[in-house]
Amino acid sequence: MPQPASTPPGVIRNFCIIAHIDHGKSTLADRMLQVTGVVGERQMRAQYLDRMDIERERGITIKSQAVRMPWTAPEGAQSSSGGAAGGGAPRTYILNMIDTPGHVDFTYEVSRSLAACEGAVLLVDAAQGIEAQTLANLYLAMENDLTIIPVLNKIDLPSAQPEKYAEEIAGLIGCDPTDVLRVSGKTGEGVPELLDRIVAEIPAPVGDADAPARAMIFDSVYDTYRGVVTYVRVVDGSLSPRERIAMMSTKATHELLEIGAISPEPAPTQGLGVGEVGYLITGVKDVRQSKVGDTVTGERRQATQPLGGYHDPRPMVFSGLFPIDGSDYPILRDALDKLKLNDAALVYEPETSGALGFGFRVGFLGMLHLEIVRERLEREFNLDLISTLPNVSYDVRLDDGSELEVTNPSEFPAGKIASITEPVVRGTILAPSEFIGAIMELCQSRRGTLLGMDYLSPERVELRYTLPLAEIVFDFFDALKSRTRGYASLDYEPSGDQEADLVKVDILLQGDTVDAFSAIVHRDKAYAYGVQMAGKLKELIPRQQFEVPVQAAIGSRVIARETIRAIRKDVLAKCYGGDISRKRKLLEKQKEGKKRMKMVGSVEVPQEAFIAALSQDGSGAEIAKSKK
Amino acid sequence: MPSSFPPGDPAPPDGSLPASALQGMPQRPFSVYLHVPFCRVRCGYCDFNTYTLPELDDAAAPQGYLASAHAEIELAGEVLRQADPPPVSTVFVGGGTPTLLPATDLGSLVAAVRGRWGLAEDAEVTTEANPDTITPAVAEQLAGAGFTRVSVGMQSSVPHVLRTLDRTHDPAGVAGAVEALRDAGLQVSLDLIYGTPGESLADWRASLEAVVALRPDHVSAYALVVEPGTRLHGQVRRGEVPAPEDDDEADKYELAEELLGGAGYGWYEISNWARSPGRRCRHNLAYWQGADWWGVGPGAHSHVGGVRWWNVKHPRAYADRLGSGQSPAHAREVLGPGERHDERVLLGVRLADGLPVEDLRPAGRRAVAGLVADGLLEGRAAVRGRAVLTLRGRLLADTVVHRLV
Repeated sequence: MPQPASTPPGVIRNFCIIAHIDHGKSTLADRMLQVTGVVGERQMRAQYLDRMDIERERGITIKSQAVRMPWTAPEGAQSSSGGAAGGGAPRTYILNMIDTPGHVDFTYEVSRSLAACEGAVLLVDAAQGIEAQTLANLYLAMENDLTIIPVLNKIDLPSAQPEKYAEEIAGLIGCDPTDVLRVSGKTGEGVPELLDRIVAEIPAPVGDADAPARAMIFDSVYDTYRGVVTYVRVVDGSLSPRERIAMMSTKATHELLEIGAISPEPAPTQGLGVGEVGYLITGVKDVRQSKVGDTVTGERRQATQPLGGYHDPRPMVFSGLFPIDGSDYPILRDALDKLKLNDAALVYEPETSGALGFGFRVGFLGMLHLEIVRERLEREFNLDLISTLPNVSYDVRLDDGSELEVTNPSEFPAGKIASITEPVVRGTILAPSEFIGAIMELCQSRRGTLLGMDYLSPERVELRYTLPLAEIVFDFFDALKSRTRGYASLDYEPSGDQEADLVKVDILLQGDTVDAFSAIVHRDKAYAYGVQMAGKLKELIPRQQFEVPVQAAIGSRVIARETIRAIRKDVLAKCYGGDISRKRKLLEKQKEGKKRMKMVGSVEVPQEAFIAALSQDGSGAEIAKSKK
Repeated sequence: MPSSFPPGDPAPPDGSLPASALQGMPQRPFSVYLHVPFCRVRCGYCDFNTYTLPELDDAAAPQGYLASAHAEIELAGEVLRQADPPPVSTVFVGGGTPTLLPATDLGSLVAAVRGRWGLAEDAEVTTEANPDTITPAVAEQLAGAGFTRVSVGMQSSVPHVLRTLDRTHDPAGVAGAVEALRDAGLQVSLDLIYGTPGESLADWRASLEAVVALRPDHVSAYALVVEPGTRLHGQVRRGEVPAPEDDDEADKYELAEELLGGAGYGWYEISNWARSPGRRCRHNLAYWQGADWWGVGPGAHSHVGGVRWWNVKHPRAYADRLGSGQSPAHAREVLGPGERHDERVLLGVRLADGLPVEDLRPAGRRAVAGLVADGLLEGRAAVRGRAVLTLRGRLLADTVVHRLV
């Protein structure tokens, strides 16, 4: 069997699997490990299925990033690109399966994983058809000139409709419906045939073995025991143990402590040659020192030209994160410092809010990234957090010609503004055709521009829009889901900037601005935001001893007003012998509750009101109200 | 008493009390509460510990209950023997509907209390009663059994309000009951509820005017509270009837003060008015002034020297405990100085006499000026060193308490 560092590129096939989150990618991957003999049957159950549970629970991929699998293809198998496989005799090939992150926010990471491959398996649930995210990644793969092998999974399901969805896929990638393979990751049916197809159709990697080493980083993961583990695909030359390597973007050099391949566990090798996939360990402790997309070269014989496509991750969405218990601030700081080790896209700086206290302004790749980080902070570090309404980054040009970047409503300038530009995205929405009207209406109301629309099949349609990112981060997913009964899927990618007429709306309680509720919105929507927020707060803030006006204002101009009427009665009329203990305990509880009150001017606002007012689903409002 | 108990510490099976609680008992007023847990029908708003007779077996039903109550009075006598309590200054029989029992049975309980500790010469002995259980004969029997005062559950004079409350008595009969009681030489209190779903301000005015016309010695007026677990709570939750509204109840409270005050009734506690200071309910004042009392009966609460305890709720469990010679106490709490202070403030501030500012902690004393400025405490009383609620303050007493403790 070909060994790492001495595998001829002609027998290597690098591929990834493009699939929607529950379309069975993990099951199929596990089945491939089993069919290729990399994992034994007993081991499979004991080890890999367990891992899958954790994966499912976390919703994020923690599996091996790149697994090397041997596969002996039968006589006649040969690469369509020609190469060394010709001749007809059975031959052992090396298949490298490279994992891709499946999140809408990680387009860049996905593009790097795809760039490490020559082919992609397009995996679609035979009972559900293709989803927007899959489609977006498919387009990305096609743009990268990857060979696509279309596969319908879960053909064992009674609800599977392979004919229908084969037709759909064929229409998308321009193949014949009979070319769409049918497999069941669960039963293993069709998996050997799929492996044969990978060998036959996906081109072997091509590179210059004699050139200075160039390897692309497609993933970088922090491990508590080993430090950062960097996953690479070698393009030219070779990397070998005990040599020093250099990162081409930063020029930083590191000692190579270990180089290896995964099959299915990481194991050191004699090195990695052209077309090979494996991992490097250098002892660095922060994934920022080993960035996805960067090019690794040898220190002594350095390449001059980095591989294309690298750029720094750029946060797109910003939100303030504040601990509900102010004394948790140091824990939040340490937690972010820890998460940062494994998340090159996470950026943050301390922020102080008059209403919410000390916290951090955090930048994320997108809404999902925000949710994942928040969830990890809460679950892994046991923090209770309030997050402010997410917003995007704006470029503001003032009348005097100066420019500033605004990622927080509090930075929005009060002076004369000449222009504001906001990021826009290109969004792809897939949905049953009956929802076209509802989706168009939604996108219209979110300042979207229709780019085009295509029927994938008579019942399913693809709509392409440009939308301001700010509109997407503001409950767009929820609105889309509720208007399409959950059937629509969405993907989006950054697509430049546009000028827009934006204003900052402040919310005032008894004349005092509550910074946590300020928002940058389009002028046409300022009134709606003001009315909605003032109305929410009227419901959420308990009545005080005096009347409290709740106002929404642009600058000094009030655009909406509600009034929280003064409370007139709070006493329980009856307090006899049997009521006294209960009444005293209630008093003690209310005294505790007082500590969770924030003072805005002279108005007492319960923490719950902040949480509910800042939650985008609106359900929090009822909870907080019933607690009054 | 409320349907749910506060959490507490275990109570000793023999009912014994810490020496600290018993110390000084002879110098403190001592009262007895007797809980009669029976009603003919269960009202939809009521969360008191009460049962209809078909719900109960023999040991729990009236005859068994009387035996158990007598047994608890005996047990109380034993527990307090060393403490040497003074003669009982007030007795209050509550429920439930105490007058579902024959007056002679109620009288036997009063007699047992007298036999155990003696009754003070001017003792106030009250029973609650439904208007339709009071006849001239019953009134005579109650007076003969030693009762001095009857608290009549009138609730409202308006038929549709009574129907919503599930009250079955005929409002026209209240006058007859009052007359019978007065003729028997008993003091009369009329109890009202305001804020019942569907009750208009005019309905409430009609009830108050009806009360004033009957010239009782004493009036209690309670805002309806929708307690979890009651039928009314379910109806409100399902949207079948509107929930009571604080502003509406505030309007009604202010109307009560206006009409009762105008008719010569002075408020002496947030929900209580009396025609003269001598007609205030001394038993209830004992609760608010932190006196000692023993509560006899299922679910009854007691307080002696900073120890509060409460009995098991169900009449069956109550009978079983006493039948096996054990205390019926379910749990108790021994109050610390901070808790006793908070109780003094939260109870004392409800009274027209208010509480001495000097009894407050420094932070509470500092809050007095602000509460006067906010119109919640009487300025003149504050100058005299007492924290006394204004009319506005009576409605916002919880806010006042928060700032004083």
